[in-house]
Amino acid sequence: MDAANLPQERQPVIELVGLTKKYGDVTAVDHLNLKINRGEIFGLLGPNGAGKSTTILMMLGLTEPASGFANVCGINATVYPVEVKEKVGYLPDNVGFYDDMTGLENLVYVGQLNRLSKTKATEKAKQLIERVGMTNAAGKKTGKYSRGMIQRLGLADVLIKDPEVIILDEPTLGIDPRGVKEFLELIVKLSREEGLTVLLSSHHLQQVQQVCDRVGLFVKGKLIAEGDISTLSAELFSKEPFVIEAGVNNEIAVNGHTDSAGYLKDLLLKMDGVTSVDYKKNILKIYCARDMSAEIAKKLVESNIGLNSLSRKEYGLDDIYQKYFENEEVA
Amino acid sequence: MRLNKDDRVIHPFWVMVYKEVSDQVRSWRFIILAGLMILTCTGSLYTSISNLSKIVKPDTAGNHLFFLKLFTSSNGTLPPFHVFIAFIGPLIGISLGFDAINSEQNGRTLSRIMAQPVHRDYLINAKFVASLIVISAMFLALNLLVIGVGTLTTGIPPTFEAFIRILAFLILSIVYVAFWLNLSILFSVRFRQAATSALTCVAIWIFFSVFYQIIVKLIAAAIVPQPGAAPTSQIISAEKWILGISRIMPGQLFSDATTTILVPSVRSLGPLTVEQVYGALPAPLPFGQSLLLVWPEVTGLIAATVICFAISYRLFMKREIRSR
Repeated sequence: MDAANLPQERQPVIELVGLTKKYGDVTAVDHLNLKINRGEIFGLLGPNGAGKSTTILMMLGLTEPASGFANVCGINATVYPVEVKEKVGYLPDNVGFYDDMTGLENLVYVGQLNRLSKTKATEKAKQLIERVGMTNAAGKKTGKYSRGMIQRLGLADVLIKDPEVIILDEPTLGIDPRGVKEFLELIVKLSREEGLTVLLSSHHLQQVQQVCDRVGLFVKGKLIAEGDISTLSAELFSKEPFVIEAGVNNEIAVNGHTDSAGYLKDLLLKMDGVTSVDYKKNILKIYCARDMSAEIAKKLVESNIGLNSLSRKEYGLDDIYQKYFENEEVA
Repeated sequence: MRLNKDDRVIHPFWVMVYKEVSDQVRSWRFIILAGLMILTCTGSLYTSISNLSKIVKPDTAGNHLFFLKLFTSSNGTLPPFHVFIAFIGPLIGISLGFDAINSEQNGRTLSRIMAQPVHRDYLINAKFVASLIVISAMFLALNLLVIGVGTLTTGIPPTFEAFIRILAFLILSIVYVAFWLNLSILFSVRFRQAATSALTCVAIWIFFSVFYQIIVKLIAAAIVPQPGAAPTSQIISAEKWILGISRIMPGQLFSDATTTILVPSVRSLGPLTVEQVYGALPAPLPFGQSLLLVWPEVTGLIAATVICFAISYRLFMKREIRSR
């Protein structure tokens, strides 16, 4: 069952109400309202400088909002930051460790800051290091760690306090593609095992859509859209939710027509449900209101052109993103 | 059954202090500073011991405090111990604190530590307390070493009063170094680059130890009338002004205070007229009286320390903790 479909009467773990932050004249975060439910993996998406990090800082009480409030686990983060930080693990973007201490020592230190005894902290740190797959590097100084190793250690660091919520700011930044996949899988695995609520921010859409139950699109301090990815695409692409891409032969010669591309367009547009057709570099993009792959395939084959491929394209976050900015420019 | 010490839960503040102390003690800079201090110590101890036979004359008043001469006398080749401390103290304070906060920021550990359930001031307080512990341990060890070597070479142990005075000197030196430590922590909060903060501290140190004195002398030449050219009261008030100006300098406060504590025959830090001294016995002041004399200096030093700490505290508490 999808976490987003859990009963609504549950108290949200993170609740932001009218949250605003200003730097001089610039409004970094503008009356943000957001609720994140227990056990959810929520992706905060947006370009650089959209106010994602600022929002996170306000959730941890590391900076004060100009107005509004952030409640985390039912606690006001501005007024009781320490209580919030007992329950929330935060992995800052570009996290660093004390270079002259080993990975294990770094974790034990953080464990002790979370009021664990040295014995307990060591025991726990060792377990976590094993779970993030860093056993071999535990005794190495973190100054010698690679970026991917630092992120893994960061995840262990976040988990040592047994958090209810973990907040990861740009967790995939600077890791190679394979590392990103592994790291995201690790996040999902650990959070499902522990029943954690995860909030992760990113500007990398492709990566995040693989793991998030729900995403929020954040641009210029405002949350412009929120929901799971299919809801989002339905919202933004309400007129043409389906795109079918057809690859055709180099030379389109249909029944001797000179403007065969134009002929094909006309042909397709006449079909009920097709809203528009694009032709570019041997690829026909057919936008339609419902899934018409079968009918289109039939039509194209009947029209006697060399059909190489036909695929139904699903909207990803990239397209959602793109679409938003197009709308923005028009407005 | 007794609990293993590792099984106890230590308050996060003390966890931080332990870490900072062990960081400091293991760092190269501490080794270099300790080396410098040991050199200073042996140097001044050597000159004062070689000079001791000339200064200590039998049957003069205050011989029971001759031990203090180890700290104050010199044959002229090297300055005496307390002057050396006045000079090197700032260097120690600055080098222990100039990168306190900005190194955490540049190492990107600040936001990670601030995301732990600790109050924000724990970090800055822990840094201060840890450096203070390190300084105190170093100074205590050095002073005790001087006492030990002095006792061995002269064969006479210090009297109780001499020991108390040395202890007071020790506390004064710690307060003095704490001032510079706080100043450098202030700049480490203010400046992102450790080099900028170190340079600013050193600039202030040099300004006070070289240029400020020149400025004071220039002012003195301008406002203090020649003796005989003006009534005594006017000369005295002008002298007091000069003294007041020079006491803005923490180094001046420190050397005034230490001189009074370590040289018990000093009776006043301001100008004294012949009438005031007339009839006074050439005996050392009791410790209580010396302490009374330096009380304003000590208060001034502590106040300067507290002001620096308050400013850095406020700057740090109001600051937004960004990871970059």
